[in-house]
Amino acid sequence: MSTTALTGAPLLAVRDLSVAFDRGRRRVLHQVSFDIAPGQRLGLIGESGSGKSLTALAVMGLLPDSAEVTGSVRWRGAELLGQGERALARLRGSELAMIFQEPMTALDPTMKVGRQVAEVRRLHRSAEPGRVRPLVLAMLSSVGLPDPVRIADSFPHQLSGGQRQRVVTAMALVNSPDLLICDEPTTALDVTVQARVLALIDQALTREQAACLFISHDLAVVAQVCSNVLVMLDGRVVDGGPVDRLFRAPEHPYTAGLVATARLDLVEPGSRLPVIGDFYASGAAGPQ
Amino acid sequence: MPNLRRGATRLRIRGPAVTVAIRVAIFLLSLVLASVLIFVVCAALPGDIAQVILGQNATSESLAALRHSLGLDRPLLSRYLDWVGGMLTGDFGTSFFTRLPVADQIATRLAVTGWLVFFGMAVALLVAVPVGMIAAVRRRRLSGAVISGLSQIGLAVPAFWAGILAVFIFAVKLRWLPANGYVPLREDPMQWAAHLVLPVLSLAVVQASVLTRYVRSAIVDVLEEDYIRTARAAGWTRLGALWRHGLRNASISVVTVLGLQLATLFVGAIVIESVFALPGLGQLLLDAVAQRDLMVVQGTVMVLVFAVLVVNTAVDLSYVALDPRIRTARR
Repeated sequence: MSTTALTGAPLLAVRDLSVAFDRGRRRVLHQVSFDIAPGQRLGLIGESGSGKSLTALAVMGLLPDSAEVTGSVRWRGAELLGQGERALARLRGSELAMIFQEPMTALDPTMKVGRQVAEVRRLHRSAEPGRVRPLVLAMLSSVGLPDPVRIADSFPHQLSGGQRQRVVTAMALVNSPDLLICDEPTTALDVTVQARVLALIDQALTREQAACLFISHDLAVVAQVCSNVLVMLDGRVVDGGPVDRLFRAPEHPYTAGLVATARLDLVEPGSRLPVIGDFYASGAAGPQ
Repeated sequence: MPNLRRGATRLRIRGPAVTVAIRVAIFLLSLVLASVLIFVVCAALPGDIAQVILGQNATSESLAALRHSLGLDRPLLSRYLDWVGGMLTGDFGTSFFTRLPVADQIATRLAVTGWLVFFGMAVALLVAVPVGMIAAVRRRRLSGAVISGLSQIGLAVPAFWAGILAVFIFAVKLRWLPANGYVPLREDPMQWAAHLVLPVLSLAVVQASVLTRYVRSAIVDVLEEDYIRTARAAGWTRLGALWRHGLRNASISVVTVLGLQLATLFVGAIVIESVFALPGLGQLLLDAVAQRDLMVVQGTVMVLVFAVLVVNTAVDLSYVALDPRIRTARR
């Protein structure tokens, strides 16, 4: 199942991406295919263990050595699978960036966060003496951190979870990437902070005109950022399409369950809250 | 629970100056306790220095007279205070046996042991840090497993056996280096270095094996940290991320082990000194114990304890420099 781009060649083209561990005995991702066009935002939704993060890590080339990856991941037409660490490192942080789920441990505890953001810039754009610091401060304030000078001179342990996730977002955006992969960027945050960080990522994507692969287990969150969604279950893509179509007419019973649990405003007061199991019994209906 | 919580917060918000002051106070207290312990144990040791000096046939009157002239009949407390007070001014007392100042004997010997321990640790670190890093990065490959295996063998080898083997190969068979003895640095730097090579290597083999394992496991832990993945996602290669963001974090746990290892290095140096007939602190201590020369024993042990305590304090203070979570208060 693929979401075909409306205009031009895709930025990222993933075909039959499969991942296995234990010398092929444990297959965790089965022939995942999708395209992302420049500026397009694609949501990847499913429960934990459905293979969303693996898909993202496989695209970034950050899976552990023990993983066997097959299929094809093309970036601007060039194959990424099988590329060396050096070639991938040149793309990562520059054209492809990623925000991870856990902001508390994502930053180096022994380095001031301003230096960590500046480092990502220097790593890819070498000759800018004296211009990096102002850029970093501007970046920090653009991700909604007031008093960027104080934040830049802080160590990670001196910042809250929401502040750290903004710093990580600034690191991901500092080189204006063409594709931003967000792996549950708001899951570890308080609900109130979640909404703000989400709005901020949305604004940043619009400003940078960057494409996005947005991973979440929460359809409501994905719907805020993305127009198209893929639904994953047990390492396979089982459903997909525009968000409003998915809400109106889910193809797969699992999607119907996701939609029902995301639309709690439709639940009759006094009746039991829906759970995904009402619509889809895991293992009962085989994946398509 | 609330009390515990408050305690933890207080610990976290104390500044670096308080951390340093507390550590220095602990250092001084340890030093005092060590001096009491050393003195009491030496005083309680069986064996009579007067008997050793005068021989088995001495009369009880002459023994008592000698004990009096050595000051051994005075109360323990005043002997202890004399000893400690003297050390504070650099006077470690006079050897019962040779009648020479203990401080002079220790000073000349300390130079030998000091070089041995310093170069032993330096060589061990120069080997262990890069080798441990390679073993960690390649832990799933053959080369990593080979390094781990070799360091396991190195761990099992006693330093004196490594020393004897080194003498046999490089001094006896190949005749590249002297088998034993010592030449002071000021007399002949080349000969000084030549005489130190084998003892230092014998000492370093074991230390390097131990440290390699600690460096490896510290780096393996760090490699699995989220911030290494973040660094790679930002454009570092695996090795680049380790170099830039892993080493400093890994060094925090390696430095701890370094402090503990230094104590065993002193013990190892004493053994190596007797294998290579080096006139160091170890030989001085062994001779003094055999002769019941308590002033020399006390003074030498005190110097060794002082050195270990200084290193451990330096290790604790280095955390303040290495880890900003200790250095800076929460904002």
